[in-house]
Amino acid sequence: MSRSHRSVIPGFGLSLGLTLTYLSLIVLLPLSAAFIKTLGMSWDGFWTAVASPRVVASYRISFLASLAAASVNCVFGLIVAWVLVRYPFPGRRIVDALVDLPFALPTAVAGIALTALYAPNGWIGALVAPYGVKIAFTEIGIFIALTFIGLPFVVRTLQPIIEELEPEFEEASASLGANRWQTLRRVIFPQLVPALLTGFAMAFARALGEYGSVVFISGNMPMRTEITPLLIITKLEQYDYAGATAIAVVMLGASFLMLLVINLLQKWSRRHHAV
Amino acid sequence: MASAVSSLSRSSGLTARPLATRDAPWLRYTLTAIALGFLALFLVLPLVAVFTEALRRGLGAYFAALNDPDGLHALKLTLFTAGLAVPANLVFGVAAAWCIAKFTFPGKSLLITLIDLPFAVSPVISGLIYVLLFGAQGWYGHYLAAEHPWLPGLQAWLIEQDFKIIFAVPGIVLATTFVTFPFIARELIPLMQTQGNDEEYAAITLGASGWQTFRKVTLPNIKWGLFYGVILCNARAMGEFGAVSVVSGHIRGETNTLPLHVEILYNEYQFVGAFAAASILALLALVTLVLKSLVEWAHARRHA
Repeated sequence: MSRSHRSVIPGFGLSLGLTLTYLSLIVLLPLSAAFIKTLGMSWDGFWTAVASPRVVASYRISFLASLAAASVNCVFGLIVAWVLVRYPFPGRRIVDALVDLPFALPTAVAGIALTALYAPNGWIGALVAPYGVKIAFTEIGIFIALTFIGLPFVVRTLQPIIEELEPEFEEASASLGANRWQTLRRVIFPQLVPALLTGFAMAFARALGEYGSVVFISGNMPMRTEITPLLIITKLEQYDYAGATAIAVVMLGASFLMLLVINLLQKWSRRHHAV
Repeated sequence: MASAVSSLSRSSGLTARPLATRDAPWLRYTLTAIALGFLALFLVLPLVAVFTEALRRGLGAYFAALNDPDGLHALKLTLFTAGLAVPANLVFGVAAAWCIAKFTFPGKSLLITLIDLPFAVSPVISGLIYVLLFGAQGWYGHYLAAEHPWLPGLQAWLIEQDFKIIFAVPGIVLATTFVTFPFIARELIPLMQTQGNDEEYAAITLGASGWQTFRKVTLPNIKWGLFYGVILCNARAMGEFGAVSVVSGHIRGETNTLPLHVEILYNEYQFVGAFAAASILALLALVTLVLKSLVEWAHARRHA
């Protein structure tokens, strides 16, 4: 419908007006407040706030733990998605529903539950404690919490793609003499790569900003197990609004970059599948 | 960003596969065992831990912990917040899906990306931006302190009412609305796009008004998607922690939502109380998963 050819369906002005007003008031105006606030800072002040050693250490731990968690989720998420789509087993529907638990369970609940499990006196923490391994209150604890949070992203991105795989490719591969492993590796896996990368990017982006599930298990030691979102809260509690906002702007930059990457990956994935 | 995360338009058909494309039994069993083991470790065990810890001192202690006035107030505030945020995002979601799915206009894909923005923002930052706007140091604080304000009557009234936004209930509602903003729109936009406009054209050609068309033609078509979006939106609204934590100020019996109440009790080493409150939230999450599966099932049956 071009402008010369008006739609007979009414309500365009009303619905678009309502959408834009609400979007501006709830999302765009508040988000711009963060950028406007940093415009009032001097460059030196901004740089000191976002590049002090404690802040840089928090970027490092947030980035590395998110990367590790998203990578582990790629491996196990791929296996879970494959099993859920391809192998019927009793209780499959319940297991499938359970995959969404990290979305449905409040992050604070996940945080205290994981801490209870992985603390030195918890069920799992007590198992590894005799070997001198500590999980809760270390970097490993952060990694565990971020793995929990990111799992559904990978599984839910892969599932529809695995469901829509054309069986003809596998049959052709088998009839041309490939064994099953060659078919899996050379025929099926390449078709899943775009979706796998999308799921990875989503899990990674979510992990970067995650707060609730991490604060309980991380121990929050500056320079070692302090994630960037927690540092923002710490600055706010010290009434250092400018410092908190400067770090937030850096994080927002990273988030928008990830959003762009995810959009591009999704476009690629769709094109890959249209063929 | 969460577009692929959960969607009604996912089919789940297990068809018998020809022998050549079936995996060997050993591979099937190994992969199934790995998948189930991983899910048991990462999903089931934490869930079990919540209820075990809550019941550690027995049922009596559990119910005694639940019967706590601050906890009940936190539960009420959580329900109140979700009760405002979900309907607001519902109206917005329907309006956004209507204009995006039914019309063509420049900047549409930009609009879809902007609707997704809150998913990309860390919960902590979602709270921070509202503190910057409405906190004592922010624009609202400056307005209250201004000597020659815009609308002086409003300023006087706000001061007289001691109307606070940050460290008060309005801030909690606003931050929750921001965090749950895209859920319903994200669910409805693709659904209404695939349904097309034919039925609406028919209704309008037959003389129905715009409102009648929406109510009698569009609404029945999108009702499952709508319900699905509401379930997801509500789960997040009730469970939001980071954003609410920044704007709430943690005043017991006043600005504490249930997830914040869990945190306070936990930090005070009242573990049974913390896990008892957490068990309520975990039950809500399980109800969410069951409802979600039922909607998926109903939707799949309709489209079978």
